[in-house]
Amino acid sequence: MGNSEKLHISLTELPKNFQEVHPALSDREAVEEANRCLYCYDAPCIQACPTGIDIPTFIKKIASGNIKGSAKTIMTANPVGASCARVCPTEELCEGACVLNHSTKPIMIGDLQRYATDWAIKNDQVLFQKGQSNGKSVAIVGGGPAGLSAARELSLLGYDVTIFEASPTAGGLNTYGIVSFRLPQKISYWEVDQVKSLDVKIRTNTAVGKDVSADELLNSFDHVVLAAGMGRVPDLGIDGEDLDGVYDAIEFVKDTKTKPLSNRLVGKNVVVIGAGNTAIDGATCSVRLGAGNVKILYRRTQEEMSAYDFEYEFAKQDGVEFRWLTQPIKIHGDENGRVKAIECIKMELGEPGADGRRRPVPVEGSNFILPVDAVIKAIGQTRHQSLIDLFRLEHIDGVVQISEDYRTSNPKVFACGDITFGKGKSEAMVVTAAQQGKKAAYAIHSHYMEETVTA
Amino acid sequence: MADLRTNLAGIESPNPFWLASAPPTNSGYQVQRAFEAGWGGAVWKTLGDPILNVSSRFAAVSFNGQRVAGFNNIELITDRPLEVNLQEIYETKKRFPNHTVVASLMVEPQQEKWHEIVKRVEEVGVDGLELNFGCPHGMAERGMGSASGQVPELVEKQTYWVKEAAQTPVIVKLTPNITDITATAEAAARGGADAISMINTINSLAGVDLDSWNTIPHVGGKGAHGGYCGPAVKPIALNMVGECARSPRINVPISGMGGVSNWQNAVEFMLMGASNVQVCTAAMHHGFRIVEDMIDGLNNYLDEKGIASVQDIIGKSVPKYSDWGNLDLNYKIVARINNDVCINCNKCHIACEDTSHQCIDMLKDDQGNSYLEVREEDCVGCNLCSIVCPVDGAIDMVEVESEHPPMTWNDRQAAIGSLQNPSADPIK
Repeated sequence: MGNSEKLHISLTELPKNFQEVHPALSDREAVEEANRCLYCYDAPCIQACPTGIDIPTFIKKIASGNIKGSAKTIMTANPVGASCARVCPTEELCEGACVLNHSTKPIMIGDLQRYATDWAIKNDQVLFQKGQSNGKSVAIVGGGPAGLSAARELSLLGYDVTIFEASPTAGGLNTYGIVSFRLPQKISYWEVDQVKSLDVKIRTNTAVGKDVSADELLNSFDHVVLAAGMGRVPDLGIDGEDLDGVYDAIEFVKDTKTKPLSNRLVGKNVVVIGAGNTAIDGATCSVRLGAGNVKILYRRTQEEMSAYDFEYEFAKQDGVEFRWLTQPIKIHGDENGRVKAIECIKMELGEPGADGRRRPVPVEGSNFILPVDAVIKAIGQTRHQSLIDLFRLEHIDGVVQISEDYRTSNPKVFACGDITFGKGKSEAMVVTAAQQGKKAAYAIHSHYMEETVTA
Repeated sequence: MADLRTNLAGIESPNPFWLASAPPTNSGYQVQRAFEAGWGGAVWKTLGDPILNVSSRFAAVSFNGQRVAGFNNIELITDRPLEVNLQEIYETKKRFPNHTVVASLMVEPQQEKWHEIVKRVEEVGVDGLELNFGCPHGMAERGMGSASGQVPELVEKQTYWVKEAAQTPVIVKLTPNITDITATAEAAARGGADAISMINTINSLAGVDLDSWNTIPHVGGKGAHGGYCGPAVKPIALNMVGECARSPRINVPISGMGGVSNWQNAVEFMLMGASNVQVCTAAMHHGFRIVEDMIDGLNNYLDEKGIASVQDIIGKSVPKYSDWGNLDLNYKIVARINNDVCINCNKCHIACEDTSHQCIDMLKDDQGNSYLEVREEDCVGCNLCSIVCPVDGAIDMVEVESEHPPMTWNDRQAAIGSLQNPSADPIK
């Protein structure tokens, strides 16, 4: 994210604030940049992409004017490649691995990927066709990046796939969780449509355990892929959490993508609790909703913050203030039950904990009160433990345990995406979820092929 | 400050950079602007009987997004009356007496026509004449331009007619649309040419539109071949200049052109035997101002080399240009990869592996880091790896000691011949 992209907040036309911030490459810019690519052999950018997109090939196709082919190269490797073009931490992945880092400057791979996929979106391209049916059926629980990815691959391989999605639209995080000024919803919708065009049935507004039972899925489908992601933000466990004006960051962001934008925060003071990427989203959305002051409160320091560097820079550009070593201990309300202040205590870093990060400990008597109008909680996400229990799967603290081939303790059930991400295991990126979805699909297929051969 | 003055067969110029006869030299306004910008000379756009032109005239070839790698035109000679051109030449020469104005001429192959135009043009004070025997389109259909330039007898005869009347030096401009340019160069010399210039444009079709299937350019849905110039033709032009410069039968100075885009190209042409250079496409791409860097860059180059006059570099590479049969078969170079500079794009590996001699290995060191290494015993010194390498200094082509003394193909054939037929003359 370039520092030159200066933010102009409109207090009267909030939707303007939520338009995509990063400009698209023009045709000419794309061709010039594509021609700068060396077209490496055995290119390190491919190795660095979790989904293994053949990056030199898709860039070469932009240079040659074969944009459809370019988009197909991208989407073949990554069924949510249009979203990933916008949300991937490319500096840590493909662009970080570009050999030109050692000579001039890396290729803008993310922007080129966006250029090619934008072209496909604009031109209503349908890039894939369902494979010849093999008579097998798969139920996929969750229509986010992992679920869509698994569905796409399985359908290409000839499976009859049904996605069960609790929300009104599939796409998961891409549709609801990533701020629209980074990822407009239409991008995610297009990716969902690409999957739908493969005859994948998507049953939206259908929560497993409520609208359909887990056993029904287990009984009516040959396989189940559990790709339900993660849940809401957990409670802070402090007084005042139920006051009017306390928000769950995920719900807060989702509202900006699904409802008319509210002007209730215009000129108000907002604090966000936590310093991950979701916290940044909560903060930058608040800025765009017209908040007068936005602070991020984090009980550790910048060192331990889990937000990407570019997200942190982005928030700073937006004027978000960071209060390190600050732990909220109570939210104060007014007589109408509305948030009016937050009480915090200063922290200091002590001995390292189990995860290797130094544990923050309170500094006694350092309490202070910040007058605020809204509190946004962004301290992580809860696990879908009850759903996991419905399938009677082994798990550790809500993290589904899987074998190397993505199989759960029930041989019929495979799992991928955030529902399998254990703390510190790997980074929960959209692109990783997409790759896991692919792998789960291949695992099901190789299992089926083995059965067919031995039968 | 090096002396940049040049002298082509008696035509003096403040520097070696002339605008070639082409659209940039169509009028007094343009040529005077060029002289203000610093061009040493200009060859006025070809004078002759006014002609009709078509609309849609130019096209260019882009390469990997780079504009004007090559340039194609179907424009003809001047479209203005001779009197107007002569008046403007007179005014230009009066205003810029120290700059060189050469008139390019093209008339039907008749003695009296040549005599008449030479007389009229010399009356207004040109410094020299250039005979356009090269224009490959439009005029050729009328028996002029390259239609004359492809027939050595016509070149010789018309040069002779011009020389009968001319008081100023006569340059014959040659077409590259011929198998051996030295044949027409020799004909020009036999006809009495004071100098030759090359190359004119090469027959070309710039492209075909993928949607309309029209030629590029097209005139109302129809196309015709044009003349190709610009950076892409430089190697062709340089060879032709070199071939003429090293021919013992061509002893007139050469004005070099064909893709000259900067001072470095100019130095190359002059080293290969040109006494000056002519430029068109680069000016059409960027305007007359490019000459500032041409002059400045050339001057700095000469100063750095300690060369007092640009004329001292003329032809210095000609003795190094020969026939394949004179190359040492035992000279050997190999590629060496500098791993501290290499960025591991592996382009050298795949180029060598797929299309050359399979001698660059992709290896890993103890720490698992990738690196590339040349198996020198299998390297033929083809240069391909260093050509495709995107990083300066990552691959060096280094000379290795040969086990054998130098021997050329001609030496070898002579030696074999003398063994087989000791009485035969080994030189033949």
